Amino acid sequence: MASVLASDGLTSDGLAADGVYLRDTVRTAVKLLVVGPFAVGKTTFVGTLSEIRPLRTEETMTQAGALVDDLAGVDGKSTTTVALDFGRLTLSDELVLYLFGAPGQQRFTRVWKDIAYGALGALVLVDTRRLEQSFEVMGLLEELRIPYAVAVNTFDGAPAFPGDELRDALDLLPGTPLMSCDARDVTSSTQALVTLVEYLLTRNQENA
Amino acid sequence: MSGDRHLRGLVRPYVVTGGRAHASRNTFDAVTVVIATREQVSGLSPEKKRLMELCRGGALSVAEIAAHLSLPISVTKVLLSDLVDSGHIATHAAVSHTARPDMKLLKDVLDGLRARL
Repeated sequence: MASVLASDGLTSDGLAADGVYLRDTVRTAVKLLVVGPFAVGKTTFVGTLSEIRPLRTEETMTQAGALVDDLAGVDGKSTTTVALDFGRLTLSDELVLYLFGAPGQQRFTRVWKDIAYGALGALVLVDTRRLEQSFEVMGLLEELRIPYAVAVNTFDGAPAFPGDELRDALDLLPGTPLMSCDARDVTSSTQALVTLVEYLLTRNQENA
Repeated sequence: MSGDRHLRGLVRPYVVTGGRAHASRNTFDAVTVVIATREQVSGLSPEKKRLMELCRGGALSVAEIAAHLSLPISVTKVLLSDLVDSGHIATHAAVSHTARPDMKLLKDVLDGLRARL
């Protein structure tokens, strides 16, 4: 394997041997977002569920408010790089699901909109030690009308709150699912996505 | 010479795309599935040749192609758009971006996830 993946790591034979490619029968690809503040476990969650080694793409963007024509900014500080981690789950011969871990800050809105476009929904990961850091991303999802469920990533040592108190603190709508989840655990993480998609279905039926 | 030149990519994105920031068609989503439809790559730019070499092995999404080639998704879309125009690649229709995804699709996703539990 090492030999075919040498040089810049790109030969289609080597990648095929690594199971990088989709099944020939796949016809539909959907995406769900996994969002939340820095270090809340997005990358872990994606890595736990992905059948391929999680991948990363970087999008360079001009910072909001930066004066594009200002030569003082030419030295490179006017751009910032947003990294998106993503993984893949083949759900059937024809259907594949991509999970995109996206940073939750307002200043990344443009990159965000691009990746969020067409997403079925989002899972918001929260850390009970810094709940307030999740508000921004929930606001962004609401703005973009992307339905979401909230999962408390169970960090060792983080305080556990009763559901009602958490719902209150996060100001969730009555229908928004709230669950706990261990991003390191396959079953727990899969269950979180099941809860999210169940919610999307119910919501769809109600709006029909 | 500016001291931090080495911190940037060797080839700036606009060089790869011939100065264009946007794709000639707007049909690509990050999860659009791309398949190579032509073996012949002569006359293509080095970046497009790399892309074709990657896609020769099988179907991949736009995001995966971007990640494997270490290119931003936006730049990858520009390259892919050209390659559709020149008949080198084809795409499977991406999910329709209607306000409401269809029930069948959501059910299929749910079934697929439940089967993993």
